[in-house]
Amino acid sequence: MEIIVLLKQVPATESFIGIADDGVSIKTEDIKWVINPYDEYAVEEALRIRSEHGGTVTIISAGPERSVEAIRTALAMGADKGILIKDPAADKCDGIGIARILAASLKNIKFDLIIAGQRAVDDDNFQVGTALAEFLSIPNISLVIKEEISDGKIRCCRTVEGGTVVLEALLPALFTTQKGLNEPRYASLPGIMKAKRKPLDIKSLSDIGIDASEIGKPRTKILAMKFPPEREGGRIIKGDSSRSIAAELVNVLYKEAKVL
Amino acid sequence: MSNGVIAITEQSEGFFRKVTYEALSEGKRMAESLGCDLIAIVLGSGIENISDEPCKYGADKIIVVDNQALSEYMTDAYTNVVADIVNKEDPSVLILGASSQGKDLSARLSARLNAPLAMDCVEIRVENGNIIAARPMYGGKILVDLALEGKPQIVAVRPNAMSVVESSGAGEIEKLDIDVGKTDLIFVEKQLDTGKVELTEADVVVSGGRGMGGADFSVIEKFAELLGGAVGASRSAVDEGWRAASDQVGQTGKVVSPNLYVACGISGAIQHLAGMSTSKVIVAVNKDAEAPIFSKADYGIVGDLFEYIPLITEEIKKLKAGS
Ligand SMILES: Cc1cc2nc3c(=O)[nH]c(=O)nc-3n(C[C@H](O)[C@H](O)[C@H](O)COP(=O)(O)OP(=O)(O)OC[C@H]3O[C@@H](n4cnc5c(N)ncnc54)[C@H](O)[C@@H]3O)c2cc1C
Ligand SMILES: Nc1ncnc2c1ncn2[C@@H]1O[C@H](COP(=O)(O)O)[C@@H](O)[C@H]1O
Repeated sequence: MEIIVLLKQVPATESFIGIADDGVSIKTEDIKWVINPYDEYAVEEALRIRSEHGGTVTIISAGPERSVEAIRTALAMGADKGILIKDPAADKCDGIGIARILAASLKNIKFDLIIAGQRAVDDDNFQVGTALAEFLSIPNISLVIKEEISDGKIRCCRTVEGGTVVLEALLPALFTTQKGLNEPRYASLPGIMKAKRKPLDIKSLSDIGIDASEIGKPRTKILAMKFPPEREGGRIIKGDSSRSIAAELVNVLYKEAKVL
Repeated sequence: MSNGVIAITEQSEGFFRKVTYEALSEGKRMAESLGCDLIAIVLGSGIENISDEPCKYGADKIIVVDNQALSEYMTDAYTNVVADIVNKEDPSVLILGASSQGKDLSARLSARLNAPLAMDCVEIRVENGNIIAARPMYGGKILVDLALEGKPQIVAVRPNAMSVVESSGAGEIEKLDIDVGKTDLIFVEKQLDTGKVELTEADVVVSGGRGMGGADFSVIEKFAELLGGAVGASRSAVDEGWRAASDQVGQTGKVVSPNLYVACGISGAIQHLAGMSTSKVIVAVNKDAEAPIFSKADYGIVGDLFEYIPLITEEIKKLKAGS
């Protein structure tokens, strides 16, 4: 089983996100970078599938130099090899552009299964995995919490509003991860040592045989970034007894906030 | 003259999702600013009885594809059919709800049509005939204005972010017989808890955190039920195994924007806030007066949730009985 995991390095969720002077990008100085949490589920699932079916797990990421750390972490978790596509032209891409680049990078790689995160928690786009499946003309199943592979087929349980749906597809296929799929392992110390010797290729766009004109111009453009309106700490309801406090809360929710 | 706004509706078990009404209403508003028609697409099997409903939200035309192969949402079949309609109608805008189905469909369509996509929008403006979509990024820490270039411009709207406005449209129905084309996915089965209010669509969400102390959520379940709301959870409560992963609210869970969000025994970590800070009114009940949740809540009670939630529930019952 040849398994590809799409991995993006993103700011740790506890990082403060500041807006850069250009007004359309974020300040990157003080950010702690980590593997996108949903891609961590993807790495873990790939490792579990490999231990059952054999094969190799290849991590592919498009991003700047620092993304090497995220790929190394995935290698330390147990993945076999990594590919970083690093090119100034890739930095300006939107989701469709990234999906085109990833599709090009897979042109000469054999794969049976691709696993992506449902979304990267920086742009929260929910797009790249599914768009890549379209460019590769393979089926995709989103938001998967359970999968099972047998006889060249994958059966996935995906979450929908209020429940789950089970779908099946022939391999090769792509699925995206959802919370509940697994508990990602930590990289062990021996794992970290081993990872240093695992292959990690850095490639440019021309190395993967695509040029900027094939990617096309980004179709979405950030015009402005702002902070959402700051929520003010409101009012602590006080009273003589717990009952009077509860009654006062209900009163304000009804009369003032008008939400009851 | 623009070629029209197409709203892709979404139905489940013969009922439109609430976010469909939001997408239709927003689509109508956009169509009016662009000076074009609102076309609704209704896809499914045995959907005749609901096909004319989009007319109540201003649809000038309703394209209905009633086909056995569309009875369940399947990425490939739905993408094929919508792409066919887009090729025929050549719309300027495609609008749909950013539900689990809508996110999947819009992402696949954006690649198929090579079209710009604004996912999970909370506001849409039309300026000089162009759409500008406001959407949160970085778990809601940043709000961006996004310009879309090309055609059709796809906007997926976050559930509960847009208001539902009724208006009348001609609602002329056009039945199309479209071949669903090549499909790779096979439907196996579906399990729905129909009695449950969907977290992302609920007007009221009551969530419990580690402060619940165990898997017994009955106090907040009763409270939520009284208000017709849904029960959510913090990641700690999910990690403890007290609640299903699908109940998790936050950056790695669901994003909710109800009218009323009640956080019970939740400290208010930044990853939790990412999932609920766009709620209209936030109430927190927490023992610890220093808990960060109080700096985000509109109303707070410092105290034991097991004491206060039953009292609040009782007071609301009294209010409802009196009104
Ligand atoms: C990558 C990443 C992603 C994450 N994603 C999410 C996410 O999606 N959603 C999420 O929620 N978290 C997420 N977290 C976890 C988050 O950082 C917090 O750990 C978590 O939200 C804390 O949950 P809690 O508030 O229930 O628990 P705690 O922080 O332990 O707070 C419990 C609170 O309950 C109060 N309390 C205790 N007993 C009572 C009582 N009887 N009555 C009233 N109050 C009481 C306490 O005073 C305390 O404030 C994520 C973390 C990381 C690193
Ligand atoms: N630059 C990238 N390199 C590799 N994979 C990516 C990249 N961007 C997104 N992905 C994958 O696509 C998923 C969805 O990302 P997004 O569409 O940006 O929300 C992520 O969880 C990753 O698995």
